[in-house]
Amino acid sequence: MATINDILERPREAEGVPPPSKLHDWLVTVDHKRLGILYIATSLAFLAVAGLQAALMRAQLAFPNGKVLSPEVFNRLLTVHGTAMVFLVGMPFFAGMANYLVPLMIGARDMAFPRLNAFGYWIYLFGGLLLYFSYIAGEGLAGHGTAPDVGWFAYAPLTERAFSRGTSTDYWILSIVLSGIGSTASAINVIATVISMRCKRMTLGRMPLFVWLLLVVSGMVIFALPPLTAAQIMLLLDRYLGAHFFDTQAGGSAILWQHFFWIFGHPEVYILMLPGFACASEIIPVFSRKPMFGRAAMIGATIAIGLLGVSVWAHHMFSVGMAATSNIFFAVSTMLVGVPTGIKIFNWLATMYGGKIRFGTPMMFCVAFLFQFLIAGLTGIMLAVAPLNWQLTDSYFVVAHFHYVLFGALLFTLFGAIYYWFPKVTGRMLSERLGKWHFWLVLIGFHMTFDPLHFAGMLGMPRRIYTYAAGRGWEGVNLLASIGVIFQIAGVACLVWNIVRSARHGAQAGKDPWDAWTLEWSTSSPPPEYNFAVLPEVRSSRPLWDLKHPEDPDWKYE
Amino acid sequence: MTSTIAINESPWNLPDRGRVGIVCLIATELALFTIFVVAYLFYIGKSISGPMPSQVLELPIWPSICLLSSSITVTIAARALAFEKLSTFRIWTGLTVLLGLEFLRQTAMEWRHLIVDCHLTIATNLFGTTFYSLVGLHASHVVFGLSLLSLTLGLGGKMQGQARRFELLAWYWHFVDAVWVVVFMVVYVAGR
Repeated sequence: MATINDILERPREAEGVPPPSKLHDWLVTVDHKRLGILYIATSLAFLAVAGLQAALMRAQLAFPNGKVLSPEVFNRLLTVHGTAMVFLVGMPFFAGMANYLVPLMIGARDMAFPRLNAFGYWIYLFGGLLLYFSYIAGEGLAGHGTAPDVGWFAYAPLTERAFSRGTSTDYWILSIVLSGIGSTASAINVIATVISMRCKRMTLGRMPLFVWLLLVVSGMVIFALPPLTAAQIMLLLDRYLGAHFFDTQAGGSAILWQHFFWIFGHPEVYILMLPGFACASEIIPVFSRKPMFGRAAMIGATIAIGLLGVSVWAHHMFSVGMAATSNIFFAVSTMLVGVPTGIKIFNWLATMYGGKIRFGTPMMFCVAFLFQFLIAGLTGIMLAVAPLNWQLTDSYFVVAHFHYVLFGALLFTLFGAIYYWFPKVTGRMLSERLGKWHFWLVLIGFHMTFDPLHFAGMLGMPRRIYTYAAGRGWEGVNLLASIGVIFQIAGVACLVWNIVRSARHGAQAGKDPWDAWTLEWSTSSPPPEYNFAVLPEVRSSRPLWDLKHPEDPDWKYE
Repeated sequence: MTSTIAINESPWNLPDRGRVGIVCLIATELALFTIFVVAYLFYIGKSISGPMPSQVLELPIWPSICLLSSSITVTIAARALAFEKLSTFRIWTGLTVLLGLEFLRQTAMEWRHLIVDCHLTIATNLFGTTFYSLVGLHASHVVFGLSLLSLTLGLGGKMQGQARRFELLAWYWHFVDAVWVVVFMVVYVAGR
């Protein structure tokens, strides 16, 4: 039988032109699955690099008066690690997840704008490379170094020309503006896809929670990223055209940048975290053999987080010296976020309650996520209390808190998602044995590193310092934290080995290895280029359950 | 029973993806402009040296008329294209481009006056900083919109059947005009 491919290949061969290479296929692809894989692979590569940068910093801080790194190198590592983890790992990884899964989950053949999709990926890649290129650019090789060293939030006026000479800050600005454009393009694409491309009868109420949460995230991205872009344009104008936006000598404000940055920065925390919730909301029901408890409440809580998330930014600025009314407003609004987040935690717990839980690797990561996210939320409420915040801000307590969110919660769901969807992407299962090693090593390493850092902060250790003197009571906690890194690296090495080995030798996965209920498991693994031979039609939020249990379908009760 | 069949047979229509996309683009641009407007409002009267807005700014009545009426001409052009009247479409799109160019010419003359006669540049004071960045950001959007409108003129007969896409461009152009109303009120009314 002649396929479309045969027909397309024939004239090429007749003219003696070789068929396009695999590399060429990947470079020019506009297929949402390939772009999704590119996004995920690139972000995992940046994760490894930025993670090793963090390991270097922990090596420096393991002992008092460390001599591993110079202060300048430490500052650059600190800045690039934070910037890369937020902009080159967190957001793009889930842009990749959204790209790969959203069309499959809503029964579509591609994203709404495939070429915009490819544009978003490539501009993200080159934006990210620009950040790392700064290490070798300009005078970098001559020993001066041109990597940015201003922290991931680059507080102006300290980033003005007078205080931050050379081009290092410009690399920071340009690389973030570029990858921000990519994120915005990807968010617009997700929204248009979800609104306009759903298969027949997939109403918003029947949409998988994963898709719902990514829709909310994308809505947040298009409103939260422009303030950062605007502030960066202003900073560029200041640095290159002599404008005075953040120039205190010309009457400019010293804290305007902080406001603009955190108007972006705090929604950004939820932009990073909600996709993690999205993955947990798919994995936990499937591994508990129960439908999600309180679906509607889950969606409502997500939207509430999205709305509240834009009204809490100045809780990053309690120590700036704002008016008492501002402090109270932002303290209260911050604590309010605890309500919808609490709803979510109880929904996940209630889903597991009475369920027939299978402790596969994806589920283990999700259970650990639940515990760690709870602790992260509790320290978050502690930090929302303005007077306590004055005591703890800019200490290692804050570092421990947000690493509990971004590592203990986000990275754990990210790992869980890799184990859950890897069979769909490659057609092969990841090894459960290596998965368990990965899980326990990372879990032990994580707690060894970040539990003690809470105490380092309460003992008064400031964040961002490149070294500390002996005799302050910080030696033990710091050594423990640095030893934990070894476990983390070993755990991640298990993951890398697992992926490399299983991609070739893993057990065949088949269409639906987890006995799951969303549409992506109804097509072959890996899915064909067109996703579905016949576009599906759904009648409930668990279409595959309906298919497998015609005697007791969901739609009778929805 | 007949009612359930009727529900199942009902058509499955979702919003057009292009429209959703352009609405999202406008929303994200709106957020960008908001920050520049906030910066402008925040710095009103904070300049520590002259010239001040009240001394140098004049109400740009004529350019505003040009830009706002171009919203009407672009709507007529879009309707003409929807009815496949290509020559009418060309005339009204051409008029839109001319009105936009006149707006840009007026902006250029205003800036020349401010820079050469009033010695106000982006580096002079906070007023100059916020004025040139906000008005310049808007003007850059006008330039972008005009480039796309000129492109549709250049495409000539290929615009046949592209009414849906041109409508999206018209929405963008309306947005650029609406932002001008805000800029006008903030810079030339409130700011003076």
